[in-house]
Amino acid sequence: MPTNDITLTVNGERHDLSLDTRTSLLDALRERLDLTGAKKGCDHGQCGACTVLLDGRRVNSCLVLAVAHDGAEITTIEGLAEPDGELHPLQTAFVEHDAFQCGYCTPGQICSAVGMLAEAAAGWPSVVTEDLVADATDPAALSDGEIRERMSGNLCRCGAYAHIVPAIADVAGRR
Amino acid sequence: MRPFAYERAEEAAGAIATLTDGAPGAMYLGGGTNLVDLMKLGVAAPDLLVDVSHLPHDRVEQLPDGGLRIGAAVLNSTLAADRTVRERYPVLSQALLAGASGQLRNLATVGGNLLQRTRCAYFMDVSKPCNKRVPGSGCPAREGDHRNHAIIGHSEACVATHPSDMAVALVALGATVEVRGAAGARTIPLPGLHRLPGDAPERDTVLDPGDLITAVVLPPSAPGAVSRYRKIRDRASYAFAVVSIAALLELDEDGAVREARIAFGGLAHAPWRALVAEEELRGLPATAESFGRAADAELAQARPLRDNGFKVPLARNLTVRTLGELAAQAERRSGR
Ligand SMILES: Cc1cc2nc3c(=O)[nH]c(=O)nc-3n(C[C@H](O)[C@H](O)[C@H](O)COP(=O)(O)OP(=O)(O)OC[C@H]3O[C@@H](n4cnc5c(N)ncnc54)[C@H](O)[C@@H]3O)c2cc1C
Ligand code: SF4
Ligand code: FES
Ligand code: FES
Repeated sequence: MPTNDITLTVNGERHDLSLDTRTSLLDALRERLDLTGAKKGCDHGQCGACTVLLDGRRVNSCLVLAVAHDGAEITTIEGLAEPDGELHPLQTAFVEHDAFQCGYCTPGQICSAVGMLAEAAAGWPSVVTEDLVADATDPAALSDGEIRERMSGNLCRCGAYAHIVPAIADVAGRR
Repeated sequence: MRPFAYERAEEAAGAIATLTDGAPGAMYLGGGTNLVDLMKLGVAAPDLLVDVSHLPHDRVEQLPDGGLRIGAAVLNSTLAADRTVRERYPVLSQALLAGASGQLRNLATVGGNLLQRTRCAYFMDVSKPCNKRVPGSGCPAREGDHRNHAIIGHSEACVATHPSDMAVALVALGATVEVRGAAGARTIPLPGLHRLPGDAPERDTVLDPGDLITAVVLPPSAPGAVSRYRKIRDRASYAFAVVSIAALLELDEDGAVREARIAFGGLAHAPWRALVAEEELRGLPATAESFGRAADAELAQARPLRDNGFKVPLARNLTVRTLGELAAQAERRSGR
């Protein structure tokens, strides 16, 4: 059973791991590092429950082979709050807006929203953006339609979308 | 999942040598968003993955002739957001943004996107026969669930479609794919990369084992042309195309069609370049009637299956609507 030795920096902490090459990043986080915040929904890239930030970009960790990312920096839901325990603004907004029911999709929703707002701040358009060449999109100006499209990679079986969108809009506007 | 060895390729020559010198079970790995999925399903079972996503093919470069060279390892999200692509090739940006999700686009590479495999449910289920997966085993989609399958260019052996949105835009743009293999480098003008199934549906493309896609080259954009990508799907976002269109339109001084370039997704085993429609449109006034006539001429070749005849009017209406929007945009731009 081929194994590879890799190093991952997860939420600022360095880990040296010897992994079966078949291990997904999601399984490495959950089974080896005991970080069970990122959830396994579909394990096929179809639901977004496993979303984490890989070198700053939001990705589906279930389709990522951990050994392909030796040296990477990963942020999971466990790493978003301040060291003193103060929640990330998106975490606070999800609580305030009651943006979940069972909570299974929530860590993925929040990590995805962190990545999404960074993408918007970098001026990335979406498929519903009318003017592709306009300069940087102001995250505060993201319409509900923009937020829904940009967050479409995160499914919520409880259908909490009606509260998720305003929670994200709130944080986008507060920046 | 079958155990496999993993290697990160540092340069192209070494990666190609590994795949062409007697490692029949080896495959290239891009972002893994299709390959890892297929490995989990048992559809792909490589014994060695050669990771080509870290090769130095990660740049979007302006070419002296005004074209653009896009490295095969460039991420779909990076390419969609690229300023030059947004300004000069909006159809490509829109096609990329219409595909998958923000998370998947942050992993998917240009090379991997071109070579992603069909989403035919029988192909992805190893308990079912499928000529593409196991040549000669049969094609259950022909009589089974084929609502989302091909209506044009299909064969007795296979009725699958190619799922990529990006590839449809690249075909309309007349892009060229740069490939390196055992015999050296060559270029493949699109739509020449993806095959029609014929009696060998196990071959999606004309590539030989070990061929590495290194880049995609876009020709200079015609200054007068406008372009856009439109995708119809079963839900508003995060779903593969039922039918999609990539179209470029250039009008002359009188508002007639100087040149149209049209490619469809969701209709065939390869992105479908609508040459008949393009020819039909040349010189016609840019009206809904002309666009409908051109679409009808193209779709006269369609041979829908029992449950996907709806794709014919869908493709027609999508053509009329998209070209209509482009004509209005071209008129606005020329101040008529
Ligand atoms: C839930 C879901 C929804 C999706 N929706 C869409 C959609 O709506 N539209 C769409 O277009 N796509 C969609 N996709 C597919 C996605 O776009 C592809 O999986 C992705 O583009 C593949 O790129 P990759 O780099 O991850 O390829 P990989 O999975 O790494 O590789 C794919 C294939 O290409 C080969 N390969 C990779 N790089 C090279 C190279 N440089 N040279 C030669 N061979 C190479 C690999 O060996 C493999 O056979 C979806 C995927 C998922 C999981
Ligand atoms: S349509 Fe093609 S891919 Fe689908 S079952 Fe038939 S042979 Fe296989
Ligand atoms: S668990 Fe990764 S996308 Fe569903
Ligand atoms: S809160 Fe239950 S799945 Fe989203």
